[in-house]
Amino acid sequence: MPLTREPNLEDPDGLYAAILEAHCDLSEAESVALNARLVLLLANHIGDEAVVREALTLARQSIDAAAPQEGGDRSFS
Amino acid sequence: MRDVRQIHFPHRRSADQDRPQPRHHPLVIVGAGPVGLVAALDLARKGHASVVIDKKSSLSDGSRSICWAKRSLEIMDRLGVGQALTEKGITWKTGKVFFDRGRVFEFDLLPDAQHRRPAFVNLQQYYLEHFCIEAAKRTGLIDLRWQEEVTSLTPTGDGLLLNIATPAGGYRLVSDWVIAADGARSALRRSLGLAFEGRVFDDQFLICDVRLKLGRPAERWFWFDPPFNRGRSALLHRQADDVWRLDFQVGASADRDQETRPDNVARRVRAMLGEDVAFAFEWISLYRFQSRRLERFRHGRVLFAGDAAHQMSPFGARGGNSGIQDADNLVWKLDLVLRQLAPATLIDSYDQERIAAADENLINTTRSTDFIAPKSAISRAFRDGVLALARTEPSARRLVNSGRLSVATHYQTSPLNGPDALGPGVAPAVRPGAAALDAPVAAGWLHDHIGDGFVGVWFARDPGLTQPFARDAGLLSERALPIKTVVVSDAIACERYGAEPAPAYYLFRPDQHVAARWRHPQRAAVEEAVARATGSRC
Repeated sequence: MPLTREPNLEDPDGLYAAILEAHCDLSEAESVALNARLVLLLANHIGDEAVVREALTLARQSIDAAAPQEGGDRSFS
Repeated sequence: MRDVRQIHFPHRRSADQDRPQPRHHPLVIVGAGPVGLVAALDLARKGHASVVIDKKSSLSDGSRSICWAKRSLEIMDRLGVGQALTEKGITWKTGKVFFDRGRVFEFDLLPDAQHRRPAFVNLQQYYLEHFCIEAAKRTGLIDLRWQEEVTSLTPTGDGLLLNIATPAGGYRLVSDWVIAADGARSALRRSLGLAFEGRVFDDQFLICDVRLKLGRPAERWFWFDPPFNRGRSALLHRQADDVWRLDFQVGASADRDQETRPDNVARRVRAMLGEDVAFAFEWISLYRFQSRRLERFRHGRVLFAGDAAHQMSPFGARGGNSGIQDADNLVWKLDLVLRQLAPATLIDSYDQERIAAADENLINTTRSTDFIAPKSAISRAFRDGVLALARTEPSARRLVNSGRLSVATHYQTSPLNGPDALGPGVAPAVRPGAAALDAPVAAGWLHDHIGDGFVGVWFARDPGLTQPFARDAGLLSERALPIKTVVVSDAIACERYGAEPAPAYYLFRPDQHVAARWRHPQRAAVEEAVARATGSRC
């Protein structure tokens, strides 16, 4: 089964808030630690390696797309 | 047993040195470490004489490789030294992993009983070498030449010319095949100018072996970020003679001379084991991991094996064990080629199978190293996340990587593999390419009945069902390259080989790996599979 890309949450705003709330009062390093643990727990729950890899690719692409082109002026980013 | 490390091997001037023309030896092995000695023993077992050349005058100077995996022990059993290793060594199968002050994880490497050998036996490398040398002497076929060094290696038309330096001057030999088992700093590799590509890790590790009485079970204990080595890792292993292996991660910038000074090491030992512990040092060594291999292990008639061919981080005990498997894979092929029962191209399958094995070992040891010594902040965040979650989450325990311990390589994609008529779902651990899985049989163990030659094993709860094959079995045993047939009806063996209730026939190679398997073997199909497994058909 491929990665679900259509909306799949009953209360998206509520869950979004819950994610932010989990990071409340954390330092940047602690937030990184929390995100890492979240990824590990969810990846195991999903269980389907292809789905997790598809999500990884998608996430990475969205970062690469936002990054300035090579030789570009980084000061604008 | 006397202290084998005191044994001195004098140089004995060979009669070859007095010949006007270089003497011809079909097989020369360079390096009398575990890999070279195993190759020599296996060749002798098949009737081939060899000359083994080593520049040392004693056994391995430190414990070095200490963890011998089940598969290595099975190979050693075939060569007649497995029992001595197991009796002298320390048997273990349990590993414990600690994070900070708490235990996060425990594993059992051999949860199934009913195997002759345990998952691991810990034994100092010098003992393994000693037992092999004693066995080598008994064969009468192994010419061990200590304190000699191959200084050059030149291909001639159909062989190799070796220049050898000795304390009594130089001499030359010609050889058909050279096995280069001369270790991580292989002089042969350098003399042939071969690239040894890969990664060298920055982090340094301090190994020390100490002799002490320690009331702890024989288990592998691994610490991440313990109070006695903050931010780093440590490892504890028991060896024979009340010697314990301690391994401390000491960081990239540690100073070699400072770190290896006995008073500094002693401080580490006491911090780990207790301030009042009494101990004596056996060996101290500082190292950086390397992860690299030769692009090819076969270079014409020079065959690289063990650390000379591939070097990897020690977490997982894959160095010494994979070297022994290299020799196990190579020797039966050389034997068949030398006896003209297989084309010389069979040797190319050594390259294919053992490079696949080296890559598997390299990827496993590299992943372990990345987990043990994270290279970036995010890599550390994931690592620490795994360890923290592992306290309560079974899913995270599976990710804790303190070394994925050596198991036999399954040659899944080998061109030597024949048909899998049982299908991939049946007993997948013993599909073609896999090493045999041990099991108790009426008179001992399955491994006693396979190896050295090709053997067809019927696993059948009712041996009567194999009767229709009896005539074919007779004909198979009369070939130039005979195929022996064995019938096994023991319940555990039949279950492990997917022969319950219907019988199954497995063709085993001389290295005890599965070549092919059927429910209803035909003589022609078995012969075809042997032809494929000996490189006669591809």
